Amino acid sequence: MSNIGDYKERLAHSDWSEVHEELDYRPEGILNIGWHCSDRICRQGKGDKLALLWENVCGHEKRYTFNELRLASNTIGAHLRKLGIRDEDRVCLFMDRIPELYIGFLGILKIGAVAQPLFSAFGDESLFVRLDNAGTRAILTQRKHVGKVRKILDRLPQLEHIIIVDHDGKKALEDRESVFNLAEAETVDAFDIFPTRAESPSVLHYTSGTTGQPKGVQHVHYSLISQYLTTKWVLDLQENDIYWCTADPGWVTGTSYGIIGPWSLGITQCVLDAGFSAEAWYRFIDKHSISMWYSAPTAIRSLMKAGEEVVKRADLSSLRHLASVGEPLNAEAVIWSERVLGKPFLDTYWQTETGSIMITNLPGMPIKPGSMGKCFPGIQGAVLNAKTFEPITEPGIVGLIGFRPGWPAMMRGYWKNEKVYQEKFRNGWYLPGDRAKLDAEGYFWFVGRDDDVINTGGHLISPFEVESALLEYEAVAESAVVAKPDEVNMEVVKAYVLLKDGYLANQDTELEIMNFIRKKLSPLAMPQEIEFVGSLPKTRSGKIMRRILHAREWGEEIGDTSTLEDDE
Amino acid sequence: MEDLKTTILNYVVDEYLDDPDEELTFDSPLISAGIVDSFSMVSLKRFLENKYSISLPDDRATPEAFDTVNKIAALVTEFMNK
Repeated sequence: MSNIGDYKERLAHSDWSEVHEELDYRPEGILNIGWHCSDRICRQGKGDKLALLWENVCGHEKRYTFNELRLASNTIGAHLRKLGIRDEDRVCLFMDRIPELYIGFLGILKIGAVAQPLFSAFGDESLFVRLDNAGTRAILTQRKHVGKVRKILDRLPQLEHIIIVDHDGKKALEDRESVFNLAEAETVDAFDIFPTRAESPSVLHYTSGTTGQPKGVQHVHYSLISQYLTTKWVLDLQENDIYWCTADPGWVTGTSYGIIGPWSLGITQCVLDAGFSAEAWYRFIDKHSISMWYSAPTAIRSLMKAGEEVVKRADLSSLRHLASVGEPLNAEAVIWSERVLGKPFLDTYWQTETGSIMITNLPGMPIKPGSMGKCFPGIQGAVLNAKTFEPITEPGIVGLIGFRPGWPAMMRGYWKNEKVYQEKFRNGWYLPGDRAKLDAEGYFWFVGRDDDVINTGGHLISPFEVESALLEYEAVAESAVVAKPDEVNMEVVKAYVLLKDGYLANQDTELEIMNFIRKKLSPLAMPQEIEFVGSLPKTRSGKIMRRILHAREWGEEIGDTSTLEDDE
Repeated sequence: MEDLKTTILNYVVDEYLDDPDEELTFDSPLISAGIVDSFSMVSLKRFLENKYSISLPDDRATPEAFDTVNKIAALVTEFMNK
């Protein structure tokens, strides 16, 4: 029996406040995600239950019960407090998927500070932009990543503390650096958790848009309400489940459903701190008897490519329920998983700004492979006319996805960017920037982005950010960055580059540019292909027309070119 | 073969290794350890193609085939001899 029971019944009686009692929350009272994910579970008598089973690429394991999670997060929180970190200060987590990342997240929230997780593969410039914008006071990191911080430290006067969690003493510490070793720190049992309220800031995730620098998406502790309920009903986590979310907490899935969701329900979760390998992933499921698996279309398509022989080498009979997030899950992947893994991956749709699942396939609901599903109970969503922003009631007509604001996990703003935040709303609807259509039975079907943002493997990349970085490479005169179709990642970054006079357009230059962007921004932002051109299509006012290049990549009609500067 | 492996290993260390203290061998896992991710694999493939004047088809340049320097060297050698 699934947690949600009958979808129609839930739709008819959906009320977020019904969750308050389950979470021991009284309106206007204290609400702290850090406490709810550890101390509260211990109070329920589950202190000895396994909370985190961590494994690295060598098979080395670490295990933490909920009581150990409580103590360790207290200990990290106390250390930060001792350094002078206070409520609402931003504290960055810049680490691989090691236990300190997950535990540190709770510790930061327990002192009322704001957790700012960043993907550890970010290059120094990506890191700088986000730390500078957030005015981050402290960063928790590993010695392998501290070099990136050192490179940008001179430009970050507000960053007071660089806390290295795995310092081995072999190299000297530098300016503003200190060491915190969780295993050696004195455990803090009694701890005054900061009395955050529903609207107290909690998490600051960064996301990319078409123009401008990445935006800090502000979430509050009240997000717990919908993260808890969606985890319970969509991911269907039940008391004895062993859960695995493959997302990195540098991205929102890794915090909403890789930390908050499962632990607020008192569920055991596994973490594999390793790169992708089909064999290793199946072995991980087999070894730990994982029953609920939340992954991403890119990973699922990579598993499909790896073939079915490797599946047979593992016992996957423990799998009870599968779900996917990141970019649209194609019908073939749903059908494949049902045939090969015995269960279909259920697609879920949401984004950094929504904080929790919005449109979804649910347990017990008839699955239409390739569809996004229906609105989660309590979410009012529609497909809107792109000009009037009124709901389209006719099936099959493409429009903009829109949601009525008011669900608990909705962002409360973009950090220091009220103007862009307000631009996300039209006619009383929040617009996530995606296009879709509805069918006659009310299922949503994804069509594409409504802007130039590139969704590669479920991560949004700003063409503006890549173009800006390209211009910093000495040989590049102009560039235009667009999405290119990709079988595994849905889209990848492609750059059209016009070189300065005197530079050669050859394979070595292409590789140098690729590596330059990979190190400066991230591997995700690295152009997977660079095409050297003699000119770029521009309007008469000189603006590069990305849509022409995009249409070329996707084999689409180019459309109106009347404003084009000159035809190539 | 040893020269080829050393060249690849040095390139991986210089380009992809975050931790300068980490020691890699010809058998160290690269992709499955997360040292080279699937996106960065494209630049490693491009390096090999440029360096050894070969073309590696996508269906052979898989995460498994790129997981250690030894495996990469075997793949490169196969295509150099074609």
